[in-house]
Amino acid sequence: MRTPLKKFKSYFWAGVGVAAFLAAPLVLQGTSWAFVIRILALMGLYGLLALGVNLVLGYVGLLDLGFMAFYAIGAYTTALLSLRGVGFWWCLPASVLAAVTVRTLLGWPVLRLRGDYLSIVTLGFGEITRIALNNWDSLTNGPKGLSLLSSAAVPPLRFFGFGIQTNTHFFYLIFALLSLGLLVCARLNRSRIGRAWMAIRDDELAARAMGVNAPRLKNLAFGLSAGFAGVAGAIFARWENFVTPESFTFWESALLVAMVVLGGMGSLPGVLVGVALILGLPEILRSGVFRWIGGAQAVNARYLVFGAILVAMAIFRPQGLWPRRVDRLPAGNE
Amino acid sequence: MNPLSTTIAEQLLNGLTLGGIYALIALGYTMVYGVLQMINFAHSELFMWGGVAGALFLSFLPADAGGGALIAAFVVAMGASGILAMILDRVAYAPVRRSSRLTPLISAIGASLFLQNLVFLWRDSQMAFPQPLAVRSFPCGPVTVNGLQVFIVGGSVALMGALTFFVRRTKMGKAMRAVAQDADTAELMGIPVNRVIALTFFIGGALGGAAGVMNGLYYGSVKYNMGFLPGVKAFTAAVLGGIGNLPGAMLGGFLLGVVEALGTGFLPEPEWKDVFAFAVLILVLLFRPSGLLGENTAEKV
Repeated sequence: MRTPLKKFKSYFWAGVGVAAFLAAPLVLQGTSWAFVIRILALMGLYGLLALGVNLVLGYVGLLDLGFMAFYAIGAYTTALLSLRGVGFWWCLPASVLAAVTVRTLLGWPVLRLRGDYLSIVTLGFGEITRIALNNWDSLTNGPKGLSLLSSAAVPPLRFFGFGIQTNTHFFYLIFALLSLGLLVCARLNRSRIGRAWMAIRDDELAARAMGVNAPRLKNLAFGLSAGFAGVAGAIFARWENFVTPESFTFWESALLVAMVVLGGMGSLPGVLVGVALILGLPEILRSGVFRWIGGAQAVNARYLVFGAILVAMAIFRPQGLWPRRVDRLPAGNE
Repeated sequence: MNPLSTTIAEQLLNGLTLGGIYALIALGYTMVYGVLQMINFAHSELFMWGGVAGALFLSFLPADAGGGALIAAFVVAMGASGILAMILDRVAYAPVRRSSRLTPLISAIGASLFLQNLVFLWRDSQMAFPQPLAVRSFPCGPVTVNGLQVFIVGGSVALMGALTFFVRRTKMGKAMRAVAQDADTAELMGIPVNRVIALTFFIGGALGGAAGVMNGLYYGSVKYNMGFLPGVKAFTAAVLGGIGNLPGAMLGGFLLGVVEALGTGFLPEPEWKDVFAFAVLILVLLFRPSGLLGENTAEKV
């Protein structure tokens, strides 16, 4: 049993950790470690994406290999609207709406497919999206991409009069939205819908026999997950001020799956650990510790390492590094 | 003959050439699926591996090495890809054979990332594929036929014939069909299931490797990421014909190649051609998931 004091202690240290993390950009700003702020903010952005992947892969057990398509739709929606003078706080819901709508329309027919076929179809959709962005020159400017920097029409990004420009500002914006996303996921997980999703994941046939409306609930998860991609895409477009189709390749989608699998499918802390490790690994390889195995070469080898990690995880630890906690019924009084 | 039908004839020829390559790769997907009910997601890397092995082998020989060198390159590439396929199965798939459907798929994506980047680290730019024979073209009616196209179509049909003979007429082929039908019962009947699975991977990989060499000859270069698109297209071909069905994969390959080539001939922008294969894939899966020649199998409870 956990005693109240122990519980208080663990909450206390968790609080201290979060506070230290949130204060980090203010300390690092202006020092030679300022690049860390950008990496942390990037981790937050991928955290949002990974939450979306986790929603379908971890909660419902559907492997999506084209998730980046919806990130792209979110990013391009914001980029195109911004170039026409629409403010960010209108672009954000528009991006979410665009991503969710496209994904729900796609999910309606394809979710009837069995597991591995669904993965291939999502992969196909991801590639179609990228090819379309690459070739639809009149709208997307093709492979050259859209730049928001050179245009005077783009309204400045403000939050109640406070301008959001630097990496530190985006750090706080991203982590505020990530916290919101975590809250939504945690609440969903413990809701009636969340339990129905898990029933589908563990045995769809049995779940249907118990009266779970599997097709509708699957599409709900599918659509909701795109909302995360839409938010992340909108931020990405305004943060980078530049979108190009090459940011949204199949390998990026595979990397997201790797993050979720590494951390632990269905486990929120696990997903964050997975994101931090996979985005942090190149930085660690680049640092002095690994220079003896060839610096830049080691950074190039990171995908090789990710591939090996995926295979090893599938074989030795399919539940991930920080697996989801299985809620058990209380086993009597202890 | 008017120019339109000349264009059609030319694209038909291109389509058959592409189709032969797709069909060879598709056979690898469909064989593994038939035996293990698993999509070998890393199969496209075996195709790339064969192309790179062939190019590397030929680059050690003098430039005008002749037909013998070409045959040897095929043997080397098919051996390299076949053996890699067996290793892939042992390392990445065999340990997760009894887990849920998702696990082997994740393992396969990992293996695919690994193999592609292994070659990337060795050479990150494209590598020229040596032509050991001078390619001759000759007129055939309204179109000019390229010797390479004849060679690729003929070679792929010959390999498919050999495979059909093997599966239909030999003892090991019979064992393979038995495992595909019911692995557990086959094992009870004394069929060495693991050896059959290894052989299935070897043959599938070898056919993919041969396709890799043909692709290298046809396009003149190989690269670490050359497998992805042909891989997805060949998978589409396998699904189109009915996955698990050998004649289906051949038919699907040629059909997809021809559809794609005809489509390209009439599209304003050639890059849209890749959308074709994906659209065909999605439509087939939605409306006839069992494919053209596949049987309708109810999902097992």
